[in-house]
Amino acid sequence: MKKLSNQKDYQYIITETSGKIGKIILNRPEVLNALKRPMVTEIVTAMEKFQEDDDVHVIMLAAKGRAFAAGADIKEMMDDDPVYLEKIDQFSWWDRMALIKKPIVAAVQGYAVGGGFELVLSCDIVFAAEGTKFGFPEVNLGVMPGAGGTVKLTKALGPQRALEWLWTGEYFDAETAYVYGLINRVLPEAVLHEETEAFAGKLAQQPQMSLRLIKDTVRKAVDLPVYEAMQYERKNFYLLFATEDQKEGMRAFAEKRKPSFKGR
Amino acid sequence: MGETVTYEVKNKVAWLTLNRPDQLNAFTETMNKEIIQYLKTAGRDGQVRALVITGAGRAFCAGEDLKSLDENAELGEIIRTRYTPMLLELTKFEKPVIAAVNGASAGAGFSLALACDFRIASEKASFLNAFINIGLVPDTGNIYYLTRLVGNAKALELSILGEKIPAHEAEAIGLVTKVVSHEELETETQAFAERLAQMPTKAIGLIKRLVRKSNDATLEEYLEYEAYAQTIAGRTNDFKEGVRAFLEKRQPEFQGN
Repeated sequence: MKKLSNQKDYQYIITETSGKIGKIILNRPEVLNALKRPMVTEIVTAMEKFQEDDDVHVIMLAAKGRAFAAGADIKEMMDDDPVYLEKIDQFSWWDRMALIKKPIVAAVQGYAVGGGFELVLSCDIVFAAEGTKFGFPEVNLGVMPGAGGTVKLTKALGPQRALEWLWTGEYFDAETAYVYGLINRVLPEAVLHEETEAFAGKLAQQPQMSLRLIKDTVRKAVDLPVYEAMQYERKNFYLLFATEDQKEGMRAFAEKRKPSFKGR
Repeated sequence: MGETVTYEVKNKVAWLTLNRPDQLNAFTETMNKEIIQYLKTAGRDGQVRALVITGAGRAFCAGEDLKSLDENAELGEIIRTRYTPMLLELTKFEKPVIAAVNGASAGAGFSLALACDFRIASEKASFLNAFINIGLVPDTGNIYYLTRLVGNAKALELSILGEKIPAHEAEAIGLVTKVVSHEELETETQAFAERLAQMPTKAIGLIKRLVRKSNDATLEEYLEYEAYAQTIAGRTNDFKEGVRAFLEKRQPEFQGN
């Protein structure tokens, strides 16, 4: 059961739903899905639409062609000045991406570098094809990541590893990314999409409010001191007792049957 | 046709021949590059379903050309820029690769033979981990493959003693697939390669990946990878043909896809 969105809405991406999965497919393969500013706008807009759509439980991000996303569109920004950049405030779209509450699962192949890597670091679960290259080559252009890459890589790896990769601009492959816990799975490209979709499908069966508040708490746990994060966790734990799914889940457990979750 | 190698396809089998016979086919930078180039060619060519690597003249490959080596050269850089890319390209190759070892294989030439999937040796072939004899360590993946082929103890012996291993001894310790008479090396290798070329090529490529995976994965990771590999194999026409032929009690005709 596939439902295509009105393609007139988007120029650089394709969206469709498959069961409870809302798919966003980067669709500029001819330029290795280089992230133009309007393309990021489209991605975030699509995510926000899926966020509002009750039938969508999980968002899946994928890309057409041999690369997931190879950086930003350099030509688009090479003559920009700081005042202009401050005014257009392009990175605020990335802030909005961070506010998406539904799980975002990504299928990544080929290259995820620069902005493409930042996009990967903005996802919750990442499956990557063998040999996929990750990295931040911004330093080679005399700049640095601007959409959270520096920050998220550091949070994920600690400063030593992050500095090495950010300073050298060198790429590393999926196998290495996996060892460092940056991605969840490395698999042959031939099964990348279906395995990612199968995982997304499994998540989509989980109680939605649990997934949502777990994501909320995990994100907070990265930033807050342990004590504060534990207080936050507690509130979210209590909050879940307001859901029908908690009642159903616990009742089913007691009655030794499978729960039937409603997502509320 | 390259400057230092020749390349020819005979009945689904590609022959990549190291072709500097007057220098015992010793590697040069150009040769490292041309090997990579033809590995890519053979990999892309749907008509090619097996690859043979051999040497012209009396040697298979004598390793790095020491004569042309600059005394001040940084060896680590040579490894990184010339030999590692060649070896990685070979390990990425998804079709069966046979080394037809026609004579001496020494140093990185020995390493090249080790990284192939099969080694068919002429009775005149020999294997020499020559590095120690000039004060170096085996390179180009040598010990990685050697330990897996013959075990740690034998690998240490070959690498530290630096003695020449004749073909029959190599066969006895499991270093080669088989030894054939020198005159028959080419026809035997072609026949063996043609047999491989009739097989389900995709499945062979997946088996190669699984063998590599088994070297560095936990059992759980390996089993998950196995499921992926079987998913892919299960989608090939060759699998359908294999099952059909089995049920119809006839020989399958695999197309390699």
